[in-house]
Amino acid sequence: MNLTLKVWRQKNTADQGGFKEYKISGISEDMSFLEMLDVLNEDLSTKGEDPVHFDHDCREGICGMCSLYIDGKPHGPQQTTTCQLHMRSFSDGDVITIEPWRAKAFPVLKDLVVNRSAFDRIIQAGGYVSVNTGGVPDANEIPIPKSIADLAMDAAQCIGCGACVAACKNASAMLFTSAKISQLALLPQGQVERKIRAEKMVAQMDAEGFGACTNTGACEAECPKGISITNIARMNREYFSAVVSSDSV
Amino acid sequence: MSWVSKTLSSTLGQKLLMALTGLFLILFLVVHLAGNLQLLIPDGGEAFNKYAATMAGNPFIKVVSIGNFAFILLHVVYAILLSRHNKKSRPVQYAKVKGSTNSTWSSRNMGILGTILLIFILVHLRGFYYEVKFGTLPTAVYDGVEFKDVFAIVSASYSNIIYVAFYVLSMGFLAFHLSHGFASAFQTLGLNHVKYSPLIRKVGLIFSILIPALFALIPLVMFFQN
Repeated sequence: MNLTLKVWRQKNTADQGGFKEYKISGISEDMSFLEMLDVLNEDLSTKGEDPVHFDHDCREGICGMCSLYIDGKPHGPQQTTTCQLHMRSFSDGDVITIEPWRAKAFPVLKDLVVNRSAFDRIIQAGGYVSVNTGGVPDANEIPIPKSIADLAMDAAQCIGCGACVAACKNASAMLFTSAKISQLALLPQGQVERKIRAEKMVAQMDAEGFGACTNTGACEAECPKGISITNIARMNREYFSAVVSSDSV
Repeated sequence: MSWVSKTLSSTLGQKLLMALTGLFLILFLVVHLAGNLQLLIPDGGEAFNKYAATMAGNPFIKVVSIGNFAFILLHVVYAILLSRHNKKSRPVQYAKVKGSTNSTWSSRNMGILGTILLIFILVHLRGFYYEVKFGTLPTAVYDGVEFKDVFAIVSASYSNIIYVAFYVLSMGFLAFHLSHGFASAFQTLGLNHVKYSPLIRKVGLIFSILIPALFALIPLVMFFQN
């Protein structure tokens, strides 16, 4: 396959940045999108040019590190992570536009790499549970209905890649935050901090400068892990019931 | 900041106000439509004029109408606040966006639809509400009692093809606004349930087509009758 890539190049956060075009040839359709970028970078390195910086880690679709806004969609045309996107999703001669996640809370560090620590700070604000020290509790000591465990596991599938923020026209982080609130709110272990968690995580989400939700559903449609917006409704319930009943004035 | 103002200034709190005021305005549409449909009763406007007089003289309706204006204002103010916040959340825009692959057009353009509807409401208030309240109206006499002939000014407006076209077009925009807003309000309130959400979406879709269509029908019928 021969392709033309329009890649966002930016030296650092302060730099204005801009698109640069690259021609690339000899791409196999069995390559992943990241492998295609590896080929481009080999090329650039040989020529003595600065390779294109992009995030990647496990390349198995489970770590959430890879990003990239490809041809107008986060993680490209398939509902998956960029590492699991293959070049067979494109055709010979295509012009592919590659941009970083765009959000005030996700500043560009270099080229296509953005700083997603805002997500970490939302988790730090309340995405944890209290665990008593002492002996290891027996397995299945706390009964949890299968349906509830499934819902919690569905929410826990979120890998924090930020595609929801990237897809949302408001750069809202509500799908992420709601998944992290839901996975704990549903389980008995999460009850101790339930109210304070909803209040603090929502406050942190706002403080990071993410947008508000317009219920377009774009996040759910683009989430590589299929996190449902029913989690956002749950977050709203958790938050509203927390603010009217918690002790924090 | 107290917990109340803190909550209502959070993104979730602002969305809550949008949803609650939106749902109230949805209810108002039904009441307003019920009143308007009396324009189609072929009695020269007697039923409609009597209804208008009852509404104007009812203290309960006065309170509701003040609330209605307040809620429209709140809906607009919070829409502006949220839109500004959302714009700021993405200072650098994407060069290429394929929004239509993951969301509906109306869900992405509620602000534009809302702005058009606000213009419609202002024109509508100037033409009818202001005239009825503060203008000099012709009168009609039924059984020896004098009534303001609201029907006459409505009928006159609806004989103007430009006004009728503007009205019908605005109802089209209302349909799109409601097609997202109705179900969206319930989602914001946290009411998303596997049993009820499909029903809410269906009712929302029927509502968003039926109500604006009936509103639009009135000026169309009256125009062709004239």
